[in-house]
Amino acid sequence: MTDPTVTSSELMVTIAARELRDGESVLVGVGIPNLAANLAKRMHAPNLILIYESGTIGSNPQRMPLSIGDPCLVTGAKSVCSMYEQFAYYIQGGRIDVGFLGGAQIDRFGNINSTVIGTYAKPKVRLPGSGGACETALNAKRILVITPHEKRRFVEKVDFVTSPGFLDGKARWHGLKAQGGGPYAVLTDLGTLTFDEVTGEMTLTALNPGVTVAKVQENTPWPLKVAAAVKENPPPTAEELKVLRALDPERIYLG
Amino acid sequence: MDAHKVMPMKEAVSKFVRDGDTAYLAGFTHLIPFAAGHEIIRQKKKDLTLCRATPDIIYDQMIAAGCAKKLVFSYAGNPGVGSLRCFRRSLEKGVPQGIEIEEYTHFGLSGRLFAGATNMPFLPVRTNAGSDLPANNPRIRAVTDPYTGDEVSVVPPLRPDVAVVHVQRCDAAGNAHIWGIVGEQKDAAFASKRVIISAEEIVDEEIIRSDPNRTLIPDFIVSAVVREPWCAHPSYTQGYYDRDNAFYVSWDDITKEHESTMEWMEEWVYGVEDRAAYVRKLGPEKVKRLLPKPAHAAPVDYGSV
Repeated sequence: MTDPTVTSSELMVTIAARELRDGESVLVGVGIPNLAANLAKRMHAPNLILIYESGTIGSNPQRMPLSIGDPCLVTGAKSVCSMYEQFAYYIQGGRIDVGFLGGAQIDRFGNINSTVIGTYAKPKVRLPGSGGACETALNAKRILVITPHEKRRFVEKVDFVTSPGFLDGKARWHGLKAQGGGPYAVLTDLGTLTFDEVTGEMTLTALNPGVTVAKVQENTPWPLKVAAAVKENPPPTAEELKVLRALDPERIYLG
Repeated sequence: MDAHKVMPMKEAVSKFVRDGDTAYLAGFTHLIPFAAGHEIIRQKKKDLTLCRATPDIIYDQMIAAGCAKKLVFSYAGNPGVGSLRCFRRSLEKGVPQGIEIEEYTHFGLSGRLFAGATNMPFLPVRTNAGSDLPANNPRIRAVTDPYTGDEVSVVPPLRPDVAVVHVQRCDAAGNAHIWGIVGEQKDAAFASKRVIISAEEIVDEEIIRSDPNRTLIPDFIVSAVVREPWCAHPSYTQGYYDRDNAFYVSWDDITKEHESTMEWMEEWVYGVEDRAAYVRKLGPEKVKRLLPKPAHAAPVDYGSV
């Protein structure tokens, strides 16, 4: 039975939280990834290490941070380091297990665009750019992407590669000799997509409650690769919902 | 000693920020020196190359006011809110004037400051590979690692003419204590030819010397010291005042049009004489709402025989 009060954001956050393992270090962004990491920490992963791009290590936020540099990420943290140290020691140093990334577009091989729609020289829409996304994509062990499953976001080829996924296939990715593992899973309101071990192509591996393969295909503009046995993601439990809703009482991100 | 360095923001900006300068107003979300940005706008400085990892609202304002010729950056968004509309208007529509850009990733840009601060010829960084950024910024290059033969991305040092760094406290000579998110302040100060320090409080040298690990910037690289309480609002100063998130959200509306942006600017920048007047205009209720609950560190012992 699907609880009709569960929003698509709550569903995505819960499924993302379950991807995080106890004791891992996770590079968290604000909004949905922040909720997922804090939900995991309060459920099955109490020793999850929350790291924010602003250089806060082992944060323990007591309220919702509105930016990755929020003062509540500092109060009670394990360590705070400079921006250069955060990128050099933690990201380039290979200390990040999971990185959350997002963007305006994602393609068949998990490349992400958060830079421009249109061309770089004459952008139709200028987006914020990489921030720390590109180095996270290349150096974190697993990359998770949480995104609504919409045709304007899922494109066959991104307008601009901000954060490399498997480029045009795993062969070229291996050529980069990156220490990271590349895209691991894309978690949408419709289901979970992972990446083919050989080719690096996005593959539908699990459906959210009540969703069909046809519906996912309808919202994906290329012929979508589907796993031989598609699983079903269990809906959020009552306990997960209770903890999650307490994290965002004003429903800024949960909708 | 060094009391000559202490001056009002007006004088510091007039003496140490020049038309055409490459400027770095430091602070990753925390300690962003808005009071300096507003004074630069009031003094109508122009043709600046503005560098910041996150241009944030401060550079959005300086771009709208016509101070910027070029922006060097790595994340041009309003953190947690969305776009920087003034920057986008300038880039997409040339309003009020066009702007050149030079774009990096956060690691690339903070690496450039580190290379500038430590006088390295360039810095190898494990980023950029596979992205479309190097093809669009000829300053991002690749070299062959002489040890492994692999290709590695490199960025050039950044050496601004002037850095502005806001801190919790410093002494009259400019020895500066910073805590909380320390961002790129130290790198920006060491990389720059001239350094303006502004501080919530100017304290006795004795207080600085009681906790030397907290001194990120030493006096002998500092050109000017400004006592400027609330310098960072709507950004924040850990332990002094919180981030004004509501203002960051409202900036999106204020900047819908260039005209509405300039109306705000008339009222809050041109229409106030200095930061003290700005704080009076904010009013005691707003100020009170942003005061944090205290969370003191345990004291440490620096004793020796």
